[in-house]
Amino acid sequence: MAWHIIALQQLINGLALGSVYALIALGYTMVYGIIRLINFAHGDIYMLGAYFGFYAITMLKLPLVPAMIVSMAAAAVVGVLLERIAYKPLRNSSRIAVLITAIGASLLLQSTAQLVFGASFKPFPQAMAFRRIQLGPVFMTNRQLLIFGVAVLLMVILHVIVQYTKLGKAMRAVSMDKEAALLMGINVDRIISATFAIGSALAAAAGILVGMYYNRIDPYMGMMPGLKAFVAAVLGGIGVVPGAVLGGLLMGVAENMVVTLGSSTLRDAVAFAILIVVLLFRPNGLLGKKGIEKV
Amino acid sequence: MATTAELMVDNLCVQFGGLKAVDQVCFSLKPQTLAGLIGPNGAGKTTVFNALTGLCPVSSGQISFCEKQLTNEPPHTIARHGIARTFQNIRLFNNLTVLDNLRIAYHQNRQYSLLCGIFRSPRFKREEAQITAKAREALDLVGLADKSEHIAGSLPYGEQRRVEIARALMLSPKLLLLDEPAAGMNPQETQTLLELIRKLRDELKITVLLIEHDMKLVMNLCEELFVLDYGHLIAKGDPKSIQSNERVVEAYLGGSWA
Amino acid sequence: MNKLTSLISGAILLFIYLLVQLLERQGILLAYHVQILSLCCINIILVVSLNLINGFTGQFSIGHAGFFAIGAYASAYLTVTWQVPFIFAIICGGILAGIAGLAVGLPALRLRGDYLAIATLGFGEIIRVIILNTDAVGGARGFSGIPKYTTFGLAYLTAIITVVVIRNFVNSDYGRACLAVREDEIAAESLGVNSTYFKVLAFTIGAFFAGAAGTLFSHYLQYMAPTPSQIGFVKSIDILIMLVLGGLGSITGSVIAAIVLTVIPELLRGFAEYRMIIYPILLILVMLYRPSGLLAGQEFSLASLAQLFKGAKAHGNHS
Repeated sequence: MAWHIIALQQLINGLALGSVYALIALGYTMVYGIIRLINFAHGDIYMLGAYFGFYAITMLKLPLVPAMIVSMAAAAVVGVLLERIAYKPLRNSSRIAVLITAIGASLLLQSTAQLVFGASFKPFPQAMAFRRIQLGPVFMTNRQLLIFGVAVLLMVILHVIVQYTKLGKAMRAVSMDKEAALLMGINVDRIISATFAIGSALAAAAGILVGMYYNRIDPYMGMMPGLKAFVAAVLGGIGVVPGAVLGGLLMGVAENMVVTLGSSTLRDAVAFAILIVVLLFRPNGLLGKKGIEKV
Repeated sequence: MATTAELMVDNLCVQFGGLKAVDQVCFSLKPQTLAGLIGPNGAGKTTVFNALTGLCPVSSGQISFCEKQLTNEPPHTIARHGIARTFQNIRLFNNLTVLDNLRIAYHQNRQYSLLCGIFRSPRFKREEAQITAKAREALDLVGLADKSEHIAGSLPYGEQRRVEIARALMLSPKLLLLDEPAAGMNPQETQTLLELIRKLRDELKITVLLIEHDMKLVMNLCEELFVLDYGHLIAKGDPKSIQSNERVVEAYLGGSWA
Repeated sequence: MNKLTSLISGAILLFIYLLVQLLERQGILLAYHVQILSLCCINIILVVSLNLINGFTGQFSIGHAGFFAIGAYASAYLTVTWQVPFIFAIICGGILAGIAGLAVGLPALRLRGDYLAIATLGFGEIIRVIILNTDAVGGARGFSGIPKYTTFGLAYLTAIITVVVIRNFVNSDYGRACLAVREDEIAAESLGVNSTYFKVLAFTIGAFFAGAAGTLFSHYLQYMAPTPSQIGFVKSIDILIMLVLGGLGSITGSVIAAIVLTVIPELLRGFAEYRMIIYPILLILVMLYRPSGLLAGQEFSLASLAQLFKGAKAHGNHS
């Protein structure tokens, strides 16, 4: 195969993977935009989402779409609880304290999942037969199409919520200026909860999609994609919603390109190399706004 | 007085995005003057301080001090050239003791090397003793000798302001910039502050430039005043002439002549 | 007074060492116990050196395992391939890690708080991936056949040196400058402290000791595996947990936490299983109720103990 065909193929694979990163990155970026917290546990919510989906399909015998909705709802509840229990009491503490708490929350979710669901991986039930869709010289699998389609659909819904609903307006107001929003009569606590709920639901959807894509889920599956999605959010400009999507897609493509070019173990280093480069040369990300520190 | 100016600010502009916070400001200070920078809220006074101390970038114009160019030098370099400052919203190291707050500020005069510090050489011990003595001296000067072991953040507001001044003195500065030193002080404390600032100039031969809203303090203390309004320098001169300056009165009308 | 307390401290430290030697010779302490004690020492080095970066300078790094890994692998390569004397290998391991610390410290100037945390985590993972892809150090198979040069005595001595050096550093003007950067970078700069320089310095020194700890570790276990729990983020977070529970900015706290959290999982078999549930809960609780750690910025020393006695005898007797 000619190199450009391989590259095109990897571009398609990269877009599918990237749309998953984008879904997770959205949660990071929304939470960061509102309370300036890197929610380290976000990747583990994604993992929980995959498990919720797994049990919804295997135990409740639900079809894929209802299972996904159930899982998203359950993850949203976990996200909100997490915020209420672990983060909210620390809202006025130092950022380091909150960050340590977030790391703690992440570890806790991981090890609880390991205890409850077992440490070994589970095969994810397949909701559809594997098919290839030929697109000229390259192909796309029906799973990739599903991932891409669901991701785009969810992002459109999110866009509508953020841009056109009262909730979205309030979210944007809180992320701009919490005090002013409070004075305008916005219930800031509720908006923060809503943000966690939406972000967690998106991550849960991503978890199920990835479970289907790779055919397996395990309690540690959230760690790496979580970190990478965070990098994607930073790459796009943290706090900027379209930035998370752009960053996610770019990350997915970049990773797949590196796999094509060289070793697949280097793949995990790509994300962090990107991160360090971005932070050094464009710390506000591709679509980020410049912030001024007040003296 | 044929002495040349110590601080020269020439056409200073500071721009934040589209906003010109400081616009073509020119002024100079002779050694050992007590000068005031006044103006309504939001006039750009603190921004001038920040530009002078390297905390915000100068868009254009020049700052020179003792005939050295300091425009856009990093803050620590500017501090080394002898400009010390305090902050409007007090920036003490709140979790450290008062004494440590002061000892930190001796940093640029420290002579001993890293290895001396790690091995606690005699030189290290000698110099540390000197640093502590100097810090106590500075505390004594601002009348807080008995507070050296207190945690800085636990002191009352007025004392914190004085600690901050003492800390700035540890740099052995030639020019001291005070950002609203009397804010939150009662009349009695303000009077003590006024005497302290005079003493600093008379005994330590320091030039002082201060931002202050307490007009009584400003008029009593300062020998020269600069008035800023919307980033422009609208007047300069001695307190008498400023008080009768029409533009100044106009700028303050409707503003807070507090 | 000062001389006396250091003399007493020295005597106590020597006594502990001789005691361990004696008990080992008598067969009361088994090789397994001595291994735990040595791991305690290695963890003390790691936690105290991380404390310099995170606790005293306020630069939140969670990539400490990266420096540890560099020291462990580089020194092992040196002793295995070049048969370098061990003491030289320790120093080389430290210096190489220190250089890496310099390289990480430089970008640190631009990053704050959480961004820096992620970048250092990323750095640690990059190191691991590089090791994973380097055949000269065993790649994914792990690095085996490392000579056993580390003894308890050596680990013990290195731990003492680390604690003393970092304590003296922190109590000098250099350390005060680091504290100033942690407390308020803008104020520090306006007082003439070159914050960039001190961030890099803290990273370099911290990394140096982490590298030395890595050297001791690889030459104790004689095998290194490029897994997250040995040289990756799990290890970094392990060190971080010890640091936070002991208290950011407390050297004594670091030492105690390193010992307790190394010994407990070994003693309680059942505990090991729930370790990763208990630690995070502890972490969250500490942040909620005592965010500065259990020994918040407090130091315990013979001098302070003596002060306490003196205080009890005669009130307000200042030195």
